[in-house]
Amino acid sequence: MRAMFRTSYAQDLLLARSPAAWGWYGLLMLVLLAIPHVLGEFYVGEMAGVFVFAIAGVGLMLLIGYTGLVSLGHAAFLGIGAYTNAILLTKGVPFIFSLPAAGLLTALFGVLIGIPTLRMSGLYLAIATLAFGSIVGIVLEKWHGLTGGFDGLAVPTPAIFGYVIEGRTGVYYLSLAILVAVLLVAMNILRSPLGRAMVAIRDSEISAQSMGIHLAFYKTVAFAISAGITGLAGAAYGHYTNYLAPDGFGILLSIQLVTIVFIGGLGSLHGAIFGAIFISMLPQAIALSRDSLPFGIGRLPGLEPSLFGIILVLVIMFEPAGINGRWLKAKRWFGEFPLHRRAAFRRQKSYAKSERLR
Amino acid sequence: MSQDDSYFAARDLSMRFGGIRAVEGVTFDVRKGEVFSIIGPNGAGKTTIFNMISRIYTPSGGSLHFAGQDITRIAPHRIAGLGIARTFQNIELFSHATLLQNLLIGRHAHSHVPILSQLAFLPSVRQAEIDHRRKAEEVIEFLGLQRYRDQLIANLPYGVRKVVELGRALCIEPKLLLLDEPSSGLNVEETEEMGFWIQDIQKDLGITIIMVEHDMKLVSAVSNRVLALNQGRILSMGTSAQVQSDPEVIRAYIGGAPEPAKEAAE
Repeated sequence: MRAMFRTSYAQDLLLARSPAAWGWYGLLMLVLLAIPHVLGEFYVGEMAGVFVFAIAGVGLMLLIGYTGLVSLGHAAFLGIGAYTNAILLTKGVPFIFSLPAAGLLTALFGVLIGIPTLRMSGLYLAIATLAFGSIVGIVLEKWHGLTGGFDGLAVPTPAIFGYVIEGRTGVYYLSLAILVAVLLVAMNILRSPLGRAMVAIRDSEISAQSMGIHLAFYKTVAFAISAGITGLAGAAYGHYTNYLAPDGFGILLSIQLVTIVFIGGLGSLHGAIFGAIFISMLPQAIALSRDSLPFGIGRLPGLEPSLFGIILVLVIMFEPAGINGRWLKAKRWFGEFPLHRRAAFRRQKSYAKSERLR
Repeated sequence: MSQDDSYFAARDLSMRFGGIRAVEGVTFDVRKGEVFSIIGPNGAGKTTIFNMISRIYTPSGGSLHFAGQDITRIAPHRIAGLGIARTFQNIELFSHATLLQNLLIGRHAHSHVPILSQLAFLPSVRQAEIDHRRKAEEVIEFLGLQRYRDQLIANLPYGVRKVVELGRALCIEPKLLLLDEPSSGLNVEETEEMGFWIQDIQKDLGITIIMVEHDMKLVSAVSNRVLALNQGRILSMGTSAQVQSDPEVIRAYIGGAPEPAKEAAE
């Protein structure tokens, strides 16, 4: 265990708690920057997919993990972002404007949806966002003039100041850059009054209100920020797939996004990244093991969604803190080795608070 | 009547839930700087009055005044900004945040940095955060909570959480503090300690306190005046001794039976 000596209040506001942490993040960044020069096209593309899911995961984590509002309609925000960016590019708007526009317009949609729905809580909010998701799906499908309907929409290749972002490598760097920017913003939120207000709303609405937190306002802000980040993820997703079709932004994608947040670990940005890695790797793992599974299980239709479901249930039952919880436990185990206490790793039962006063 | 004599006032306050009259025509004044206790059997309407003051409920009738201002219809989130803080009977802390974060949330009413500059964490935000931290540390020192500073609330014992809730309310820098059963769930020593905190808050910080409490020993020790309620109506008002010897109050607690019940005997 490393002891931390704090000598000023400003120290607690730093992004990384120790110089060693900066070192590790810097090293990780160098490795990520070098990967396209080392690994093949396929792996670079896969990792770009991880980044895209991680961006959306961070957006949804702010909403579900930190504000405690569950949305089952985030695929719609991903879709709005992707289509906005693609349509603007088709109309000749430069990428440096179309990308922020995708984020801002999606955030605006977040506000519009947030104002009526955020007076609901829990299950009712989840159902309202689910309905919103399917409405957007239908609009993308039927508004042929704008979205191309089922014919789909080809996403033009973007360029920043004449530098063309092409191929797997281009998308890789683009989504990595967006992810880093989004993570910085998310960390800023979490160390600001805004982030604390979100956590307060999650843990006790009634006392958040008594502390002077305007519930409807902060819920709407959280929803807008979450939607905006997901919109940016959508723009990156468009370039990742090169081609947009309305059926790609349905309930299945929404559930995948929620799965990222739950499996990764609620209430941690690391969790959003871990969850994104997991959700992108699982289909590959299934594909690889398809032939070696007994009794023809590997050839059953619907194997992937059911595996997602089973894993989600198992995680909620046995490790509610998700992959991030495991990660923290592993770190602690190595940190204290060989003096760890077994009780520190045993899961404690905690009981849900009554919803009487919400 | 001067403004100090009626620092906080309830006028003909009523609250109905359907056919139930939880509070009916309650009028009282709280003087600046005093500890004013509200007692009464279960269901007397004590917490309902608190919930009306913190605007969780809108009164069905009557009005509330604080420092010369009518606060009957003010938005609930603006109450803290006026300088009214409260604690809850069953502890409503942010349990998955650390003690320090809980206190900093108490500073919310004092934070005015725009949201966009928070996204970028501009130097102004950083400076404001350090100022809030300094204030939170003052409260930590006042209540002796140093060793729990970075612990999650979920991991703290009940007695400590009760003090944390007091600390979070103090971070609002309130002028009026509403304490809803500060001693519930505490053992004898912790209750005594709570009494000392309340006296310190009144004397050292000069904060006016309205307290709902069942423990008559604590009420007698700290209150300047006591209001007894039963079934939503005022039974008696005066010093702790006057109220406790009021035959109406004794009857409300023991239902007119000849043997003195435990609570009334205290």
